[in-house]
Amino acid sequence: MMATQTEVRTTAKPPAGAVVARLAKVTKNYGPVTALREVDFAVHAGQVVALLGPNGAGKTTVVRSLLGLCRPASGTISVFGGDPNQAAIRMRIGAMLQVARVPETLKVWEHIDLFSSYYLHPLPLAETLAAAGLTALKNRKFGDLSGGQKQRVLFALAICGNPDLLFLDEPTAGLDVEARRSVWSQIRKLVQQGKTVLLTTHYLEEADALADRIVVINRGSVIAEGTSAEIKARTSGKRIRCVSRLTPEQVLELPGVTSAKQDREALDLHTLRPEAVVRELLARDPQLSGLEVTSAGLEDAFLALTREDNAQKSTLEVIQ
Amino acid sequence: MSTTLAPMPTLSRDRSLRQTITVYGKEAKYEFLKLLRFPMYSVSTILFPLMFYVLFGLVFGRQQIGGMNQSTYLIASYGTFGVMGASLFGTAAGLAAERGLGWMQVKRASPMPPFAYFAAKFAISMAFSAIVMLLLMLLAVSFGGVTFSVLEAVKLLATLIAGSIPFCAMGLVIGYFAGPNSAPATINLIYLPMSFLSGLWIPYMFLPKLMQKFALVLPPYHLSQLALSVVGAGRHEANWGHWQVLIAFTLICLGFAYWGFLRDEGKIYG
Repeated sequence: MMATQTEVRTTAKPPAGAVVARLAKVTKNYGPVTALREVDFAVHAGQVVALLGPNGAGKTTVVRSLLGLCRPASGTISVFGGDPNQAAIRMRIGAMLQVARVPETLKVWEHIDLFSSYYLHPLPLAETLAAAGLTALKNRKFGDLSGGQKQRVLFALAICGNPDLLFLDEPTAGLDVEARRSVWSQIRKLVQQGKTVLLTTHYLEEADALADRIVVINRGSVIAEGTSAEIKARTSGKRIRCVSRLTPEQVLELPGVTSAKQDREALDLHTLRPEAVVRELLARDPQLSGLEVTSAGLEDAFLALTREDNAQKSTLEVIQ
Repeated sequence: MSTTLAPMPTLSRDRSLRQTITVYGKEAKYEFLKLLRFPMYSVSTILFPLMFYVLFGLVFGRQQIGGMNQSTYLIASYGTFGVMGASLFGTAAGLAAERGLGWMQVKRASPMPPFAYFAAKFAISMAFSAIVMLLLMLLAVSFGGVTFSVLEAVKLLATLIAGSIPFCAMGLVIGYFAGPNSAPATINLIYLPMSFLSGLWIPYMFLPKLMQKFALVLPPYHLSQLALSVVGAGRHEANWGHWQVLIAFTLICLGFAYWGFLRDEGKIYG
């Protein structure tokens, strides 16, 4: 454990855009369950990548693999060009994992003090406490904190070592809106400092608000990848709402309408060709009112993507 | 979008010696505080042996056992009992819960040197063992009319603190193979019968013949004989034989614990 090197320490940051973490064709099974199937994606320096998927999609397994906490059945994982189990690489990583129980009799500052000591160049305690919004709570025992406060301590443990790459596994799970927004602003600050963040979430809003790139994962496979605009475009087109005497059945017959339903007093429909559909609607119902045309939200895109993927998989299963 | 891999940074790979000592020190310090503030551990591991000793060593302690004062005899056997409890609960209960409920994953994802975690558990179990022993000796001297020379006191303390290592190792095995919630029950299921069968509650010579034979394969019997020989009781067998059994037992336990450690790699809990 003795370090005799006297070389100059350089915090050589990879140039922006370089790959800092990568999974290549990673497959992982838990008994008969395939958690990941040939998952392939990369995290680039300075980006926030959101891994988006429903519960059980394999998001946590991706994070654990990247942290070297579980070994894939096949495929390769590299973080900063090496094995994440190497101490030198761990020094540059911070992780916030979902944990069922944390030692409750230690105080907030004690937990942070201990984790800071693991790193070579940690943040000063006061800075970590302030960044996680824990300054006023530093002398509380972990067991006496509320759920949201506990999440903030785990966040503090992830950032206290001043790492270049952060893995945040559902960082805002169980938080109220205000607490969630404060975590978001912390994540944005980290990115401004040049950090790279991989976060998992099933809050679409969160991925949309934070991520430079979204990787949608379902049943252990990556089903879409791109910016939030690209993901939306993958499915989507536009959503049209209007009050009309036309019925959903009539509207569905129009060319380019993919779905239509009555939502209280309004018609709610999706289309890939909004201009043509609007023209047609106005021609058929001159009294039409309350017209709204909006981008299909990420939520719609996500639901469409996972539904499509699930449908494909079930068809495949039936065929097999 | 560039696809080149980021080069390995030229960060210094290792902690300085001072930083390493700091990590080990803090790990131990917080392990100690964690257990001290957890009354189910700190109170029960310290109070139970003391309570037993007060009852059987002091209140009913006027008889003679094997040619010596019962108060003196029982300090060695309840000392062994106390050290065993502090060590088993100090390692196994924490390890099982931390492994099973995700905390270990958080630690392993950090650059914590894994050995620091186990070293802290051993060190703190030994510290609690020392506390139990010191209190027992204080009780014995103050109320039991037991007299020790300084050398005897130091030898007894050293023997039992060193003797806590096999039970720490055994605790690691239980911690790796018991569930997070069932660990305390598992410990009791092993700890209490083993203490009885090793002659820690009822002196060895009062046990039935068959049980006496069985005691020879139990590690607490051997540790209690070492402690008894310090206070001038016991069966006066060669100490080296007892140490050999304890060392072999420790190595076997460490082997199983290492297997558990490896088994955990790549396994998911919680």
